[in-house]
Amino acid sequence: MIAELGHFALALALCIAVVQSVLPLVGAARGDDILMSLARPAASGQFLAIAVAFGALTYGYVTSDFSILNVAQNSHSLKPMLYKVSGVWGNHEGSMILWVLILSLFGFAVAAFGNNLPASLRARVLSVQGMIGVGFLGFILLTSNPFERLNPAPLDGRDLNPLLQDPGLAFHPPMLYLGYVGFSMAFSFAVAALIEGRVDPAWARWVRPWTLAAWTALTAGITLGSWWAYYELGWGGWWYWDPVENASFMPWLAGTALLHSAIVVEKRDALKSWTILLAIITFGLSLMGTFLVRSGVLTSVHAFAVDPERGLFILGLLVVASGGGLILFAIRAPSMKLGGMFQPISREGGLIMNNLLLSVATATVFIGTLYPLFLDATTGEKVSVGPPFFNAAFVPVMMPLILLVAVGPMLAWKRGDLPGAMARLWVAAAVSIAAAAFVWSRQNDVALGPVIGFAFAGWLAGGAVTEWAERIALFRVPFSVSLSRALGLPRAAYGMTLAHFGLAIFICGAVADSFWRQEVVVNARQGETVSIAGYDLTLEKVERAQGPNYQTESAFIRVRRGGAEVATLVPERRFYPVQQMPTTEAAIHSTFLADLYAAIGEGGARDGWTVRVWHNPLVPWIWTGCLIMVAGGLVSLSDRRLRVGAPRRRVQPDQAAAPAGAD
Amino acid sequence: MARLVYLLPLLLFAAVAAYFAAPILQEKDPRLLPSAMIDKPVPAQSLPPLVSGKPGIDPASLTGEVRLVNFFASWCGPCRVEHPLLMEIGASGTVPLLGVNYKDAPAAAVNWLAQLGDPFERIGRDGDGRVAIDWGVYGVPETYVVDKAGRIQYRHVGPLSREAYRDIILPLVETLRGAGG
Repeated sequence: MIAELGHFALALALCIAVVQSVLPLVGAARGDDILMSLARPAASGQFLAIAVAFGALTYGYVTSDFSILNVAQNSHSLKPMLYKVSGVWGNHEGSMILWVLILSLFGFAVAAFGNNLPASLRARVLSVQGMIGVGFLGFILLTSNPFERLNPAPLDGRDLNPLLQDPGLAFHPPMLYLGYVGFSMAFSFAVAALIEGRVDPAWARWVRPWTLAAWTALTAGITLGSWWAYYELGWGGWWYWDPVENASFMPWLAGTALLHSAIVVEKRDALKSWTILLAIITFGLSLMGTFLVRSGVLTSVHAFAVDPERGLFILGLLVVASGGGLILFAIRAPSMKLGGMFQPISREGGLIMNNLLLSVATATVFIGTLYPLFLDATTGEKVSVGPPFFNAAFVPVMMPLILLVAVGPMLAWKRGDLPGAMARLWVAAAVSIAAAAFVWSRQNDVALGPVIGFAFAGWLAGGAVTEWAERIALFRVPFSVSLSRALGLPRAAYGMTLAHFGLAIFICGAVADSFWRQEVVVNARQGETVSIAGYDLTLEKVERAQGPNYQTESAFIRVRRGGAEVATLVPERRFYPVQQMPTTEAAIHSTFLADLYAAIGEGGARDGWTVRVWHNPLVPWIWTGCLIMVAGGLVSLSDRRLRVGAPRRRVQPDQAAAPAGAD
Repeated sequence: MARLVYLLPLLLFAAVAAYFAAPILQEKDPRLLPSAMIDKPVPAQSLPPLVSGKPGIDPASLTGEVRLVNFFASWCGPCRVEHPLLMEIGASGTVPLLGVNYKDAPAAAVNWLAQLGDPFERIGRDGDGRVAIDWGVYGVPETYVVDKAGRIQYRHVGPLSREAYRDIILPLVETLRGAGG
């Protein structure tokens, strides 16, 4: 009964979405206030209906109602409650429901807080948002109905893929979708602006926070996914340039570019066509991610079940959304009014370089990911482009970008003073040289890679701090004045400093791990010892135990360093009988400077167990750096100026104190 | 001319979309990995028997008749999925079916066959998976078609489906039987 209610609610949501996508658009074209005003109740209604459907499916999972096919296929009565709930989105059908739920949530947010938007823009944005809803709700109802019944109902379910039964992955999809779907707002605003034929000042003020929110969520989502792959797959690595990872990384890169170009639109009323194009591309890449994961066009370790029909449907949605957006762009963008003029050496110029480099980076990942597909279609050859390509092609693009990240914020709008900015960046240069020298002196063999990597990270971190110090005139004015300036700085400024600083920390971790990682694989019997990076690890014993829905073999590995006991690592090898699938649970001893990472493989008391041990330097810095970036996004979002619905302050007293601009 | 620049993103996108659509429309299976071993003789190593009373596999036992060789393991879930179909093939006698037990504990494998049934004419044991590498095995289950001359003619990756067996493997077996007397 509950499931039928959910199914009905989905159908109702589709009907509302149709109304939402047609009538307000007609109303905006005719200047009919009544039709336009339909958009807000429709968006709220659509959200409500989808929330009911989502609730109904969750209810099915929580109560283990195996008469629902989807629940029977992906859940089990013995599964812990957290994974019963996360099982809702741990499969194709349920994840699509989550997708549309988040989509309608964004629509609802515009309806609820969009009072300060011009009525016609609001109506058009909600209408475009409604069209996306129509596409995906239709997709769910026609090809992926999660409420399908199963008769007779099985006694128990087939369980969720054990790899997905993990706290990191329980929250990875919602965060990732918040990011993916969040870019739909930028897209809807872009298409609405193209329909209107002009970019309203209100437009940029709205696009920026939405893009920032989506970017922050996507950063968090990718980090969670990478963290999960690190400790769950038992391979010791954190990023594999796998097609599915790349599918989430491309919208992130494009979204980062969008975030920066939106600043230019807001502050200087320039780069409007480009920003609109970026918004369309970013959302297009998000849709492409959804498509690649589900169509089976590319194979990957974490692809969903392959289904050509679904693939074709999503491809259709991708073509209509991106193609439609780009057609509108081709028609309308040439007639858009150009904005403010500026010199090449200026804040705008820096942001354009940022966009250029990020676009090239996106294209690099795009080509690397899809090259096998292109080659297969043209020559029929099957190849796989691995990490070597990405490391060789991606890193050189990022290097000038990192140089620029420190310089750009030091330049003034319209016309910047490059020699002046460089002179003020002497601290960054000093930090950079110090970091490089430190790494050089600590290395046993002379490898240039880490030295260069840390020099860049030092430059970036030093630059971020210098920019902040410049803004509060640290050491140039009495300390109390600096302090009051620091307190008065807009949160958006702190957001930027944090995000750039986090990037530097992340680079340290990534560079250290890729150059200094050590790995030992041994076949160890009970009592045997293996040494790595100054640690001695002894396999004490291996015990079998029974978990709620799995059997497990846990190895107890005592870790000593110079004779003193440091920790006991307990890696597990689990076997989930329902899915007939083994998983590894790595054990990690983390200090802030390195991870000692152990995983066990197949084995037995007689022949010994395969024990894999890694020493991964500075890996914790990777997650720390990403978390700082996320924190930067959140701090910036909390800025009063961006907070949705908050009245804008006319006078910003701190602006006079910050001659370089608020961000 | 300037308008053409604005048209460029659309054109690029159209090209990419066409590439996306092609494999789906042609119903290509992206998981189909061609084997470098096609048309090569089977590896020369012999595999010891797994169960008493049933011979192992040596290259000589793979000539003179078209055969299927299935790589399986007791720890492999998908093997369990395809097993009923293998039982049917074994019982029907349509084409001889040989098994290679891959990276498995012998006791576990014997137990597994006792539980689910043994469809194989011969079973070889490849305890460390070395021989499987020479066959070109990526993972279990995989099924190979070997012709009368003992050359590998086809490789199926993943659990054998009824459709793949009926539409690809059986016709191929018929063709190979007809070829060369």
